[in-house]
Amino acid sequence: MEEIIGMLLAGGEGKRLGALTNNIAKPAVPFGGKYRIIDFTLSNCTNSNIQTLGVLTQYSPLELNRHIGNGKPWDMNRGTGGVSVLSPYTAKNGGDWYSGTADAIYQNIHFINQHNPEYVLVISGDHIYQMDYQRLLEQHKANNADATISVIEVPWEEASRFGILNTTESLRIYEFDEKPLNPKSNLASMGIYIFTWETLKAYLIKDAQKKSSSHDFGKDIIPAMLDNDLRLYAYQFDGYWKDVGTIQSYWEANMDLLDEDWGQALNNKNWKIYTNDSNFPPQFIGEGAVVHHSLVNSGCFVYGTIESSVLFKNVVVERGCVINQSILHQGVKIGKNTTLERVIVMENTEIPEGTSIRISEKEEPLVINQEILSGMLTLSGEEI
Amino acid sequence: MDTMMGLINLEHEHHIFNELTYFRNGSSIPFGGRYRMIDFALSNMVNSGVQEVAIFARSKFRSLLDHLGTGENWSLDRRNGGLYILPPDWNDPTDMSRGDLQFFHNNRDYFRRGKSSYVLISGSQFISNTDYHDAFKFHLDRKADVTLISTKIEELQPEHNSYFRIESDDIGWVKNITNDRKNPTLFTGVYIINKELLMEIVDDCIAYNNNHFFVHGIKERLADLKVQTYRHRGYSAFVNTIESYYRQNMKLLAEENYRELFYQPTFIRTKISTSPPVKYRKDSVVKNSILANGCTIAGEVEDSILFRGVSVKKGTTIKNSIIMQRCTIDEGVYLENVILDKDVHVTEGQRIIGSKDKPYVVAKRQTV
Repeated sequence: MEEIIGMLLAGGEGKRLGALTNNIAKPAVPFGGKYRIIDFTLSNCTNSNIQTLGVLTQYSPLELNRHIGNGKPWDMNRGTGGVSVLSPYTAKNGGDWYSGTADAIYQNIHFINQHNPEYVLVISGDHIYQMDYQRLLEQHKANNADATISVIEVPWEEASRFGILNTTESLRIYEFDEKPLNPKSNLASMGIYIFTWETLKAYLIKDAQKKSSSHDFGKDIIPAMLDNDLRLYAYQFDGYWKDVGTIQSYWEANMDLLDEDWGQALNNKNWKIYTNDSNFPPQFIGEGAVVHHSLVNSGCFVYGTIESSVLFKNVVVERGCVINQSILHQGVKIGKNTTLERVIVMENTEIPEGTSIRISEKEEPLVINQEILSGMLTLSGEEI
Repeated sequence: MDTMMGLINLEHEHHIFNELTYFRNGSSIPFGGRYRMIDFALSNMVNSGVQEVAIFARSKFRSLLDHLGTGENWSLDRRNGGLYILPPDWNDPTDMSRGDLQFFHNNRDYFRRGKSSYVLISGSQFISNTDYHDAFKFHLDRKADVTLISTKIEELQPEHNSYFRIESDDIGWVKNITNDRKNPTLFTGVYIINKELLMEIVDDCIAYNNNHFFVHGIKERLADLKVQTYRHRGYSAFVNTIESYYRQNMKLLAEENYRELFYQPTFIRTKISTSPPVKYRKDSVVKNSILANGCTIAGEVEDSILFRGVSVKKGTTIKNSIIMQRCTIDEGVYLENVILDKDVHVTEGQRIIGSKDKPYVVAKRQTV
């Protein structure tokens, strides 16, 4: 019997990320110069000594499956436990796609039972943060709780955009308000839960039989538990946490890494962020290059000016270019004398010489790939 | 299909790297921002289709073992074949072998059990990015006993003095192996040999009390063997002293050399670590340099090579230097023509200037 196992929900389509999730699941979207979004939660599991992890996939999983592989980069290639990728499947009774977060766990009850844990950690693969789940577990045990939900204090004026948990002084949750008009607290749910497995299992089974349910933790399971006066507690997190669900927040979260304090987190010896690494050689910074306030990965050739930007591996920036507040994914080639501002350039896109694309502060940063680019070129006759 | 098995023989390498080889043998000196010397020989073998590689390592191989691990990073963690690091351990009281023949004698099983009929042998101090498929094909076509890979040096330097020179006829049969310093055709230390022949030569050499497989077994028996030479073209370097180490690293700052060594379709492989991308602070100035991941740059870096995890603080200038893993350079430091081994800490305000021909070397883990 294991004390705790993790269930990572990684099936999200990430509709609001536009072209970034055309062919890949949101957790597999490249992030921070060499990572994918899911690396943060996977590394949190490794660093928190979670030794058994189920990763629930659904939407365009190829890239994600390849990335996770046998879990080796996260030391999760273990004889017992380790990482298991759990995709929807058919069985004698037909089988279904996962229809909600709770349903995804419900359909894998047999997997959890095999490991027979006392507690289950439910997390998702689309947030950027560093958290020690063991501390969450310690608090869960100390409270003798049925469920513990991690919360973060959000500014009061923004609280009505979140799922707000109302708690007593001892952080026992008595009410859950989804996007309340007049929030009673500013503690927002981060979508990170620890459940006592026996309790959760009973609720999952009951919920699965309820036709009217949307089979969602936030909308169905948690309210049902509250209705029955179960012991639900909030765990207060005060580190950096960002939901990268929109292009604006994806761009912001990348820019946040350039910030001295949070950015150092990538280089923290005691809390490494692991990923599938490559054999690209060290980066080559040319004679006339200017690089400020940026992240640059291996295999890059830089001859132009880079300001406040993030370059993934194998990117070429030619002479005369000015790249500002932009994110260039792997294999991007930028032709000479190109100006980019607030642009996200997707994998292997080649931007022709002399292009100029500047997106103002008021607009959402622009995502471009080869297809979008050729559309833009036709529209404007080479001048953008 | 004919295949080759690999052998990296470190027995006769030159270890005159002073500070850099206090704690490691020459094959594990960091090179080129991210690599160790042995990565080139090892990657070239793997990229040439070799699936089992043995390494003869006699001394100071702690860091080599750490670097190589299971061989996973070179795809050599295999059920069949893979990586064999062969340390010098023998207790056979009847063993009379000497020199590198000890290694051959004590590891006959590696050659006997290997599936290949040919052996690709190399040292660790010839640096190149080469696929030896063509050389192997050439070896088979010519039905040679041994094929020596040679390269022609444009400008002979002191580091070339200790390498053998090759004299051959028009179609590449080797006529002589000499020490003629005027001959620019150098033997790279890389050669292909038929396995059966190798085993015979080992027995002969031991019987005659020889101690150098190549010198006594091949060079001195040249007349009895069919020895071919195959010319390696393109970028390469011999690195066996501090001076050649420094010069050859600096040469990589010329883009065409960097591209030829690192940017071939088959990359040089090395131990992979998890370091974040290089972090450039607001006022960093970096020009004509090679930087590995994990560095944090707030100062000035020019014409230099920085290995993984180097931290360069504000107001510091680094020129023409090689800074190895995890060095920390505090504020207001000036470094020129310097080699810092791993984990060196340079404290605030220091100035260290070496000469272009004799770089100033700081040994591992010092605080200056």
